[in-house]
Amino acid sequence: MSAENSVSADTSLLRFENVTVRFDDDETNALDDLSFDVRPGETRILLGAAGSGKTVLLKTAIGLIRPLGGQVRLIGQDIARMPEEKQFDIRRHVGMLFQESALFDSMTIAQNVAYPLLNQRVNRLPRAQMEPAVREALRFVELEHTLEKLPSELSGGMRRRVAIARAVVTKPPLLLYDSPTAGLDPITAHTIMALIIKERDVDNTTALVVTHRYQDGNLVANFRYNPDSGRLDPAGKQGTNTVFMVLREGRLIFEGSQAELEAARDPYIAKFVKRPEEEAAA
Amino acid sequence: MLDLLKAPIQAVQDFYELTGRAMRNVFRKPHYLDDIKLQMDTIGVGSIPIVLLTGFFSGAVMALQMGRSLQDYGQTGRTGTFVSIILVRELGPVLTAVMVAGRNSSGMASELGSMKVTEQIDAMRALGTDPLQKLVTPRMIATALMLPCLTVIDDFVGMLGGWLIAVYVYALPSLQYWSTTWRALVWNDVAQGLLKPFVFSFAISLIGCFYGLRTKGGTQGVGRATTQAVVVADVVIFVVDLFITKIFVSATSS
Ligand SMILES: Nc1ncnc2c1ncn2[C@@H]1O[C@H](COP(=O)(O)OP(=O)(O)OP(=O)(O)O)[C@@H](O)[C@H]1O
Ligand SMILES: [Mg+2]
Repeated sequence: MSAENSVSADTSLLRFENVTVRFDDDETNALDDLSFDVRPGETRILLGAAGSGKTVLLKTAIGLIRPLGGQVRLIGQDIARMPEEKQFDIRRHVGMLFQESALFDSMTIAQNVAYPLLNQRVNRLPRAQMEPAVREALRFVELEHTLEKLPSELSGGMRRRVAIARAVVTKPPLLLYDSPTAGLDPITAHTIMALIIKERDVDNTTALVVTHRYQDGNLVANFRYNPDSGRLDPAGKQGTNTVFMVLREGRLIFEGSQAELEAARDPYIAKFVKRPEEEAAA
Repeated sequence: MLDLLKAPIQAVQDFYELTGRAMRNVFRKPHYLDDIKLQMDTIGVGSIPIVLLTGFFSGAVMALQMGRSLQDYGQTGRTGTFVSIILVRELGPVLTAVMVAGRNSSGMASELGSMKVTEQIDAMRALGTDPLQKLVTPRMIATALMLPCLTVIDDFVGMLGGWLIAVYVYALPSLQYWSTTWRALVWNDVAQGLLKPFVFSFAISLIGCFYGLRTKGGTQGVGRATTQAVVVADVVIFVVDLFITKIFVSATSS
């Protein structure tokens, strides 16, 4: 499905090398000497408390925030010091879900989802193909019936699903999700996480998922989308390609597998990791 | 002292950069024709009522004032001459620009400002589209095309207003009014009258967008950006007007 977008297996999709970010009037760094590497096919779960720098990290990853130092390699190119005009064409390989959805509030849902197809220099589709693509993306998030509504007429959870549809409509190989479940009830949160897993398993996308809920990560690490039943099944022994990271005050204090995470002694990490079996039952 | 100057200097620099990029985008793909059309409609068609009203009344008032002053010299017959020269050279361009700035600089600043504070501008950038190309350049092109047209409308409606006064207050024959109005104009006036709105249009659109895009601090910030955009655009219009007029005056007097 996303064959034309896939990047050869030996290049990383997103790599941070000693990235430091500082805002003008702050004394401390918002991101401090951060290094990691997102490999194709991987799903990274980024855990961290409020204000730890998760959103800043994602915005730095696509060049919306410029780092003070270090390299940000996105789809193989260093964007840290690249003029923004050159970055636009790289960014279309990346889908981003903003924390507050950031839908265009004066456009209908259909126009929002069609936006990348209509406006990107390269992804531009002929109008005849546009509508099926928009419908498919909205069917993916099960909101096909809202085409002509405005974002303000939808609930917060629905808006987030529309934003996911907008992020995946161009079938980018890399997806960045900023707190997809924040502020949602457990049922809607589960629906959204199921969509993220579905996107991973159907289109084989690589993803970085920011969250402060450990059960989200647990779900991604241990469940697979079953295309026949449309539900999540336990991944079984083969598991999934999931890596966990923990961010604390702009510093990466953990990177590793779920087992390593659960074994970690650090009290900050331990606070995030609790009751995975309860969520699994849900 | 240096610190005090840093912010304004930085702002001017940012403004030049915005201007440069917005202009370059005119010659670059992609061109968002739908956005240009939409903006031409809001800026051009949307401003017609206010331009008709202000044009008519400003022309009428001017005829009233001019006629009264000219009476003292027994020259009421030349009312049309003065009305037309002042309208075409000065009042039409400046009044129209100030009106459109009030409507559209503020509209642009508040629209882009709201988009900025709700992260919609960031979303555009993240989706691989240049907000300058998508938002600023269409507004710039649309204003540059529409403002000269609006000014011509304003000039004409102003002359109509003057004509009513000339005929009904000063009892001038219609034919005399229109022939003096027409004969008063030389190419120089027309050139000046069209160049001015063209130049003003960039102040209106670029200043509106500039303040919109640098909005900070939520809803209050949007309000502040809107006010600043109109005030600065208006001042710039008058300053630029002085310079353009000076150039034309020097060119014709030598
Ligand atoms: N535009 C900005 N200007 C100045 N400081 C900022 C800006 N954006 C973020 N910060 C600061 O950077 C730090 C990290 O913020 P960030 O938004 O990344 O937190 P977060 O981990 O996403 O939190 P949450 O879970 O609440 O979304 C905070 O201390 C914040 O004050
Ligand atoms: Mg955040």
